[in-house]
Amino acid sequence: MDMFQNILLTIATASTPLLIAAIGELVVERSGVLNLGVEGMMVIGAVCGFAAALMTGSPWIGVLAAIIAGMLLSLLFGFLAISLATNQVATGLSLTLLGIGLSGMIGENFVGQAGIRLPNLDIPVLTDIPMVGRLIFGQDPLFYISLALTAGVMWFLFKTRTGLTLRAIGDSHKSAHALGINVLKYRYLAVMFGGGCAGLAGAHLSLVYTPQWVENMTAGRGWIALALVVFSSWRPWRVIGGAYLFGAVTIGQLHAQALGFGIPSQFLSSLPYVATIVVLVLISRNRRLTVMNTPASLAQPFVPDR
Amino acid sequence: MRLELIKRPQQSAFFSAVSPLFALLLTLIAGVIIFTLLGKPPLAALYTYFIEPLSEVWQLHELAIKAGPLIMIAVGLSVAYRSNNWNIGAEGQFIMGGIAGSLIPILVPGFQNFMTLPLMLIFGFAGGALYGAIPALLKTRFNTNEILTSLMLVYVAQLFLDWLARGVFRDPNGNNFPGSIRFPSAARLPEIDPAQGAAHWGFVLSIVAAVIVWAMMQYSLKGFEVKLLGESPRAGRFAGFSSARMVFFAFLLSGGLAGLAGISEVSGAIGQLRENISPGYGFTAIIVAFLGRLNPIGTIAAGLVLALTYLGGEGAQMSLGISDKVARVFQGLILFFVLGCDTLIHYRIRLVFGDPAAKTAAEG
Repeated sequence: MDMFQNILLTIATASTPLLIAAIGELVVERSGVLNLGVEGMMVIGAVCGFAAALMTGSPWIGVLAAIIAGMLLSLLFGFLAISLATNQVATGLSLTLLGIGLSGMIGENFVGQAGIRLPNLDIPVLTDIPMVGRLIFGQDPLFYISLALTAGVMWFLFKTRTGLTLRAIGDSHKSAHALGINVLKYRYLAVMFGGGCAGLAGAHLSLVYTPQWVENMTAGRGWIALALVVFSSWRPWRVIGGAYLFGAVTIGQLHAQALGFGIPSQFLSSLPYVATIVVLVLISRNRRLTVMNTPASLAQPFVPDR
Repeated sequence: MRLELIKRPQQSAFFSAVSPLFALLLTLIAGVIIFTLLGKPPLAALYTYFIEPLSEVWQLHELAIKAGPLIMIAVGLSVAYRSNNWNIGAEGQFIMGGIAGSLIPILVPGFQNFMTLPLMLIFGFAGGALYGAIPALLKTRFNTNEILTSLMLVYVAQLFLDWLARGVFRDPNGNNFPGSIRFPSAARLPEIDPAQGAAHWGFVLSIVAAVIVWAMMQYSLKGFEVKLLGESPRAGRFAGFSSARMVFFAFLLSGGLAGLAGISEVSGAIGQLRENISPGYGFTAIIVAFLGRLNPIGTIAAGLVLALTYLGGEGAQMSLGISDKVARVFQGLILFFVLGCDTLIHYRIRLVFGDPAAKTAAEG
C-alpha cells in the first residue's frame, strides 16, 4: 500500500508544475491574449529560482526570484503584444526562443551543481498517518499553492466583478472598451499573472522536482501547459484533471522504462507528447463546442481608438 | 506616460523597407549592453561576432553551410505564415527529412550511381512533407490547433532519430558510438569548391528554392491564393479558394522544404545519420522568416544574418571566452525587435504624457 502512496506522490510532483503554468495561462487567455511564451518564462523561472536559491541559501528566495523573473519576461511580451499590438503568435514564440537562450546563458555556471530542495511539509502525527498521511499532509509547499491557486482563480473568474470584467474583455474587447473598461490595463495584469505562474512552475522544476539546473530542463512542459488550457475548455477545474492525467502518463512511462518490457526508452519518452496530440484531437473534434468555449477575442490585438 | 498607436491611412513604405535594419541596429545596441554586463569589451565582442567571421574565404563557406538550411526552411515557413498556418514544427520535419533521405544509403548501401543523390533529396522532401501533413490533417479533419501539434511532433521526431541512431541504424563497425555508417561519396552532396572551403551544394539549392517560391508568390494564382486566404479567409472563400486545401499546401510545402534542408545537412555537412543533426535550425528559421519579411527573397539576406550569429557565437567563445549561448539570446532579441519595429509600418506611435481626459474615461 505504501508503494501506491509513493506512486501517487510522484504523480502529484510531476503534475504540479503543469497545473501552475496552465492555470496562469488560462487567466491570460481568458483576457483574450495568447502568450505562447510559457515555455520561455518557465525555463527562465527554473534557472533564476535555482540560482537565487543557491546564492542566498534560501529556496523561498529562489521561488520569489522565479516569480519575478517570469513576470519581467511577460512584461516584455506585454509591451509588444499589448502596447505595440504585434502578432501574438510570433511574439510569444520569440519570447520562448529568447527565454531558452537567456536561461542557457544565465545557467551556464550552475550546470552540475547540487541544488537546494524546497522542504516538504511535515506536520507531526498527521504526516505519519499510514497510506494517506504524506499524500495530504507531507507534500512540497508548491503542491498546496497550486491547488489554492486553482481555487483562487475559479473564485476570481466566476465570483468576482473583476473576474467578470476580465472574461468580458476576452470575449469582446470592443464592447468592453465601449463600456469604459481599460482593456489594456486588464490585459497587462493578466499577462503578468501568467508570467508569475510560469516562473513559479519553473521554480518547482528546479527546486522540487529535480533540484538542479539542466539546460532546457522544461522539456516542452510549457507547451503541454498551453495544450492543457485548450483541453480544459478554459475552465480552471478541468485543468486539474488534465494536469494530473499528464502527470500520470509521465510517471507511468518512467515506471515502464524501469521495468523494461523491451520497449525502447525513446518510444516511452515520447508518450507524453503523443498523448498531448491525442487529447487535443479528442477535445477539439467538435468544432461548434470549441468555438463556443474559446474566448472570442483570443489572439486578436486591440488598439483603442480615441 | 503611455503609448498611443494611431493607424496610418496606408502602410508606410519607408518603414516597410527600414524596419529590419532598425531591428538589427537595436540588436547591436542590446549587444553592447549585454557584453558590458558580462564584463567584456563590447566593441571588440561585436567585431568578433559580426565582422571577423566574414574576413576569410573559408569562413564565408562556413557561413553558407549554416545559412543554407536556415534559408531553405524559412522559405517554406514564410509561405505557411503568409497563409496564416502556424507551422512551428519545422525542426521535426527537418529531422524526418534527414531520416527519410538517409534510408537509401543506409538500407541499400550498394546502390551507388548518378540516381542516388536525386532520390535521396526526393525522399528527404517527401519525408518532411509527410510529417508536416500530420498537423495539417489534424487541423482540417479534427479542428486541432496546428501550433501545438506541430511542436509536439518535434519532440517525437527527436526521440525517434535518437532511437534510430543508437539502435537499428547504428554502424555495426562503429565501436558502439551512436550514428549510422558513413555515406559513400555517391550519397554525399558535393562541395561547391573544395579548394576554397567546405560549403556544399545545399546552399545553392536553398537559393534556387527561394527564387522559385518567390516567383510563385509573385506571379502565380497560387501565390495570390496564399496571400488572400491569409489576410482574409472570408474573401478567399468567396473567391472559391478552399482553406482546407491551403492548410495542406502550406504544410506540405514548408514541411517538404524543411525535409529537403534536413537531408542536405545530413548528406552535405555531416555525412552520416547522427542522433543529433540540427543545432535548432528549425526554430531559428522562424526568426529568419520574420526578419525576411515573410518574403522568400528576403529570407536569403535574413538567413545569412542569422548564420552569422551562429559563427560569431563560436568565434566569441574561442577568442573572448564569451559563452556561445549568447548567440541564442541575440537570435531571440532579433525577432523581438523585428516584431516591434513592424508596428511602425501600420501605426504611428505617439507618447502621451498624463492625459487627464483619457484617464477619467479609463477609470469610468
